[in-house]
Amino acid sequence: MSNTSVAAKKPPLFHIVGRGRGQLPFYQAWGIRLGAFALALILNAVFVYLVVGVDPITFYQTMLKGAFGKGFLWPTIKTSAKLLCIAVALAPAFKMRFWNIGAEGQVLVGGIAAAVVMFYFSDLPAVVILLLMMIVSLVAGALWGVIPAFFKAKMNVNETLFTLMMNYIAMNLVNFFYDLWKGPKTALGKINQSTHAGWLSSLWEKRDANGYLIRGEESLFTNSDFWFVVIICVVAVLMYFYLKYTKQGYEIAVVGESSNTARYAGISVKKVILRTMILSGAICGLCGFLVVSAQSNTVSVSMAGGYGFTAIIVAWLSKFNTFTMAGVSVLIVALEQGAAQMANEYNFMGFSVAAADVMIGIMLLFIVGSEFFIHYKVMFRKSSKEVAAV
Amino acid sequence: MTIPNNTAVAFRGVTKTFGEVYANRDVSMDIYKGEILSLLGENGSGKTTLMNMLSGIYCPDAGEIYLDGKPVAIRSPQDAHHLGIGMIHQHFKLVDVFTAAENVLLGVKEKGLLDLSAASEAIRRICATYGFELDPSMKVYDMSVSQKQTLEIVKALYRGANVLVLDEPTAVLTPQETEKLFTVLREMRKDGKTVIIITHKLHEVLAVSDRVAILRKGEYVGAINTCEADEQILTEMMVGQKVELNIERREPVNPVLRLQVKNLSVKGHEGEDVLKNISFELYGGEILGIAGISGCGQKELLESIAGLQHVEQGSSVSYDTPDGKTEELIGKDPKQIKSMGVALSFVPEDRLGMGLVGGMGMVGNMQLRNYTMRKSILAEIKHSRELAQQIREELGVVTPSLNTPVRRLSGGNVQKVLVGREIASAPAVLMTAYAVRGLDIGASYTIYNLLNKQKEKGVAVLFVGEDLDVLVALCDRILVLCDGHVNGIVDGRTTTKEEVGYLMTNLKSEGGTNHE
Repeated sequence: MSNTSVAAKKPPLFHIVGRGRGQLPFYQAWGIRLGAFALALILNAVFVYLVVGVDPITFYQTMLKGAFGKGFLWPTIKTSAKLLCIAVALAPAFKMRFWNIGAEGQVLVGGIAAAVVMFYFSDLPAVVILLLMMIVSLVAGALWGVIPAFFKAKMNVNETLFTLMMNYIAMNLVNFFYDLWKGPKTALGKINQSTHAGWLSSLWEKRDANGYLIRGEESLFTNSDFWFVVIICVVAVLMYFYLKYTKQGYEIAVVGESSNTARYAGISVKKVILRTMILSGAICGLCGFLVVSAQSNTVSVSMAGGYGFTAIIVAWLSKFNTFTMAGVSVLIVALEQGAAQMANEYNFMGFSVAAADVMIGIMLLFIVGSEFFIHYKVMFRKSSKEVAAV
Repeated sequence: MTIPNNTAVAFRGVTKTFGEVYANRDVSMDIYKGEILSLLGENGSGKTTLMNMLSGIYCPDAGEIYLDGKPVAIRSPQDAHHLGIGMIHQHFKLVDVFTAAENVLLGVKEKGLLDLSAASEAIRRICATYGFELDPSMKVYDMSVSQKQTLEIVKALYRGANVLVLDEPTAVLTPQETEKLFTVLREMRKDGKTVIIITHKLHEVLAVSDRVAILRKGEYVGAINTCEADEQILTEMMVGQKVELNIERREPVNPVLRLQVKNLSVKGHEGEDVLKNISFELYGGEILGIAGISGCGQKELLESIAGLQHVEQGSSVSYDTPDGKTEELIGKDPKQIKSMGVALSFVPEDRLGMGLVGGMGMVGNMQLRNYTMRKSILAEIKHSRELAQQIREELGVVTPSLNTPVRRLSGGNVQKVLVGREIASAPAVLMTAYAVRGLDIGASYTIYNLLNKQKEKGVAVLFVGEDLDVLVALCDRILVLCDGHVNGIVDGRTTTKEEVGYLMTNLKSEGGTNHE
């Protein structure tokens, strides 16, 4: 039969078949994921070798140093925590299939709210001012989140565009306050540089009679970054339990899967949308508060640093499991930091930040791509011999 | 392997699997030039899959397809177009905001600019040849279902289809429209085209086709000339043995009024009447069947009772609790209905889109009814897990684990999960819509038995069905819907299929006499 088929087109070289009802055992699935990760590492090494001629060993040594080496570890950890915090905030929204592209703006308004308290109520006691900052940040973030949710629930307005546009409003609010506050109180780029009012460190700092800072012994517990990370980890664990074990978490999952099923089960879809976006926005606001009080001590447009968008990838890639999110956050930030180190050391050879972005892109492509091969298999055309045998 | 000369299409050893399930196994069959072939088979017998391989949507796992005696590889719908194969799917693939002519031109690769007027001219020519009625400048969103189908056929012909596959073309048509479609198909046969229609309506098969090919459980059983066939022969070939519906039916014991529906009216999106002044009573301990051609208000009726449907003023559904109180259900949402203590269970038509959460496992789906049981903020899970395990054992649900997403289960198992959950909540009223659609005989009987057991327990069962044999064999009374009206309530023990079928299609006038 095969000799008559010369004129006809050959069957396709391969076609893609769903794995259907049979799921891959978990070790095979992880095998595919690790394989993809290894392939990405190799491809990255080849890419860097071709671009700047750095051999793979030096390349990965530099990457590791930039990400986890002495003096680089804390920046990686605290940046990962920031990314994780936003991803945790987005998880309930995206699990509900509410496309919240506005995390960037929600973080910014949270930061603005914190800074407003810092700026205008700097005479309050340290604990009171910090609590007040936190509360207004939560409210501001929640408000920024619930506005698009309200219009979605009432009039089915597209939330993607709405949340995206809310970002620009938030950015310009930041610019507005930046101009408004130019003066001695914001000297040296930080608010309350002299009094540290509203700074997280003001909780444990001691001052002498003249108001001068007494340098105490430094420990983990007098490190703002440490508390920054701890608080975010606590939020992440709480979110894990919220999504997995509570009634509200269950409702989010049902609404995300099918709003019709939710109605059938007596779940008010509108209420769930509003409630979940209040939560999502509030955690973004909390992130803004944490960054302002523990890290930047001021607001700037780059405060969220684009992580409002990167966090979407983190949340989806982790299938909304906050523990996986922590791992993915560290991975992405480590790549960024390592690549930044590469750019730093090999700039003269042509390795730029842009090249670093290419590497991160390759890595993400392979990780996301591996999920495809977990759900589908590729069947190749049988060789002509086999066909003849049939 | 020889291919007869006069074949338009020949399958040889074609096999297609989905996961471990064979959708088609070693199918070898011939389709001749210039004939109308009916492809007959029960739900899930692999008719559509086989035709999808012909139209390039699926690729066979093994075997070959021959067109005009030559082996071909159909890698995509585009390939199928080039080979002159056109398929009209059950769900139309049209762009709503485009006109008929624009839809016809979609995907056609021609050099130069789009020539809409030439396309319109070609459409008119095709319409004239075969007797279609279609306005090329009409937008799809203004079209009726039948017009959309016509457009799909014209689209296929415009692209030069010589082999035309129609998947369940009459499912959405009125009898008159069906007759018109058949006339057109006969015109196309006269023109030398090969027409394959997928269907499971025997009388249509006998009315329109030259030959009938039968699939059973993915395998090719054989073909028979229509002139030599009758309904009995076809049924036997289709199901393997003669169907003797042997559903147990006991007399209702001590029926008590449970649900009273009065003047229920529902309007559709366009303000048209979907349900008009529906009134009936449902008693505990009986199965009340609802018959009607598809889409004549069954869904809206059940959803109105369940609190999911907006109804018109004056509608009333009152529920008599076992302890003698009467509750009005209209104007309440499902949560309120539940909190009033109304034990209402509902197996909706759309199992995965409404009754179940496809992405969750059996446990998660049990939670749908139980998750609020605990007083704390935590969702209930222990009881749901036990219930899932119990249903899995008692109903024999085949699933790799209790947490495997139910979307991955077969249709019968999905239905067992849903019906099992709804029955487990100890309902006083149980509503089911197309409870056995897509299920094999064995699974169907499991469901009938479950419903009968509920009836014996004194549950009021509302059974919306499509198979008249089943309705007549299972139900104590049958309410026939026609065009949104109650067109009669008949006794299931004395009525006949013919009577119910007649009531489904011939609306009595307001005065109570029939239009003739």
